[in-house]
Amino acid sequence: MAGVTLNDVIKKYGETQVIHGIDLEIEDGEFCVFVGPSGCGKSTLLRMVAGLEETTEGRIDIGDRDVTRLDPSDRGVAMVFQTYALYPHMTVKENMGFGLRMNKHPKAEINEKVAEASRILKLDDYLDRKPSALSGGQRQRVSIGRAIVRGPDVFLFDEPLSNLDAELRVEMRVEIARLHKEIGATMIYVTHDQVEAMTLADKIVVLRLGKIEQFGAPMDLYRDPDNKFVAGFIGSPAMNFMSGTVRDGVVSIPAIKQDVPSTLATAYTGKPVIAGLRPEHLSIDLQGDALTVDMVESLGGVSYAYLTSAEGDRIVVEERGDKRVSMGDTVGLTIDPSRMFLFDAKTEARIRD
Amino acid sequence: MNPIFQGLITIAIGVGGIFLYFIASNAFLDKVLFPAKGPNTSRNINRANTIRPWLFMAPTIIALSLYLVYPVIGSFYRSLFNRSGADFIGFTNYTTMFASSEFRTAFFNNVLWALVVPSVSTFLGLLIAQLTDKLRWGNIAKSLIFMPMAISFVGASLIWKFVYAIDPELGVINALRVNLFGAAPLDVLQVAFWNNIFLMVILIWVQTGFAMVILSAALRGIPEETIEAAIIDGANPFQVFFKIQVPQVTNTIIVVFTTTTILVLKVFDIVYAMTGGNFNTQILPSYMMQFMFRDDGRATAVAIVIMLIVTPVMVQNIRQARAEMR
Repeated sequence: MAGVTLNDVIKKYGETQVIHGIDLEIEDGEFCVFVGPSGCGKSTLLRMVAGLEETTEGRIDIGDRDVTRLDPSDRGVAMVFQTYALYPHMTVKENMGFGLRMNKHPKAEINEKVAEASRILKLDDYLDRKPSALSGGQRQRVSIGRAIVRGPDVFLFDEPLSNLDAELRVEMRVEIARLHKEIGATMIYVTHDQVEAMTLADKIVVLRLGKIEQFGAPMDLYRDPDNKFVAGFIGSPAMNFMSGTVRDGVVSIPAIKQDVPSTLATAYTGKPVIAGLRPEHLSIDLQGDALTVDMVESLGGVSYAYLTSAEGDRIVVEERGDKRVSMGDTVGLTIDPSRMFLFDAKTEARIRD
Repeated sequence: MNPIFQGLITIAIGVGGIFLYFIASNAFLDKVLFPAKGPNTSRNINRANTIRPWLFMAPTIIALSLYLVYPVIGSFYRSLFNRSGADFIGFTNYTTMFASSEFRTAFFNNVLWALVVPSVSTFLGLLIAQLTDKLRWGNIAKSLIFMPMAISFVGASLIWKFVYAIDPELGVINALRVNLFGAAPLDVLQVAFWNNIFLMVILIWVQTGFAMVILSAALRGIPEETIEAAIIDGANPFQVFFKIQVPQVTNTIIVVFTTTTILVLKVFDIVYAMTGGNFNTQILPSYMMQFMFRDDGRATAVAIVIMLIVTPVMVQNIRQARAEMR
């Protein structure tokens, strides 16, 4: 078992730099999720930890070993790929035992470890099948089994659930969480799905354009985002952003025709700011007339109302309870000022006390 | 008449004729034979649709029977007659053939050809495909290796005649022998047994490019992740190649191998041009050529033997190619 430390890690393809000096400490046994939009470098970073991509500069440690220049197989990592990457000509059993076979482990040991992994993942009935005879979910379980059998210090997951349908994705997500509890190994998990990030992670690392925007526990990122990007990325549906202007003690937001009291931004008096409000922290005021209900998505327990202002700003509001709005209604918003985030209109950094 | 004009007219008649045939035969089927009206409309439509595929296949079936099936039967029939074709002599052509030592040499050599050439050219093709894949000048190398494919076998034989030439001023092999080892020049094509191998080299030289191109495409079709997974699993480059990549292109390897085997069993030009079948280099097709137009009875008997050898390989090839398509 071992943690992973990245020290000013840089990746360049020729002249193009894609990873810009990442510093990160992943503790032993931690479940760390790299999340970000496509092209943010999260997969590249994972592949650098795996050793599939060369690290241009900086240093990667696993446990107390410097692995920056080591071969992938010597790093003590195992990887689960989005496309499963099973060897199509081998049975499930042979797939799972391949790593140990390559490293010349005795047969008895291989059989024992494969049996153990297949028990954990409930694959006993499929051991003699070829991957082509398995469903997507089963294939991904075999792929995870192949990782377990090698007994690695660090598990690397590269968007492992993206090829599965919605229902299986939820099921496998729970299974991966259970697996982490059972094995207790360090895991690094790449996804663009913030729900996976929120539900699985001990630590979320939000990446954008090859830089870390923020990292921390999921709820910390949700409650206390450092900037507009993280605020918008974490939470579903995404946070609403409206431009406003600071005047003595209030932020006036034209989109909703309201002045929200705030003492945060006195330094910004007279300047534009961006106000961020999560759909779950807004409620609809039936007396108001600033916004029109465009569409309502009813999911049963909650519904999401999509509102538009006269200027064209779009705002999503989460509604619970019995009295809900319907399409075409004219409504206003009730805002809890303590739930409002403010961001610098230029740098998009969070404005704090 | 101008030959170009003649050619154009032929094409127009051929293509237009087929068009007319399809239109007319379909119209006949739908309007006259089973019209889609009246009391049996749905039955008629079903019947018409059962017959329609045969209408489309008919020209091909007729052409194949005329130019493939009939010649096979005709050849077999001819092989039962004597030199002049006048007297029926049963299987005498076959019995004399099997008794002749030249036939046995040709048969043995042909087996050797069929084993060596496909194996070596498939193996080399696979190796070259893999080795050139990641090289910056790989495509140039591939083009050079593919180029002999464009040369006819007779042309290739002429080129290699120079390589094997006895004059050390011309032949590379004898130049090396004389200048490096100080040995006397030697006609390599007369060295018993090995001369077979020297002839096979020519076909391998021509055919490796084919294997390389097909296998290169197949190797590129392998998901990159399976290779990466194997690397993380600790497989070394040889293990990645032989345990991960090659097994995933087995089907293609078999298709390339059998296709080359069929080709080998047809080639006579190389032997014919290089040694004329002398010095124990005879193979069945060139052996057949010896009798052609002189004793068609014996020539067709050899042809039938060749066909019997090719058929199982052919069946295997078609099966594999079909499995590939699925």
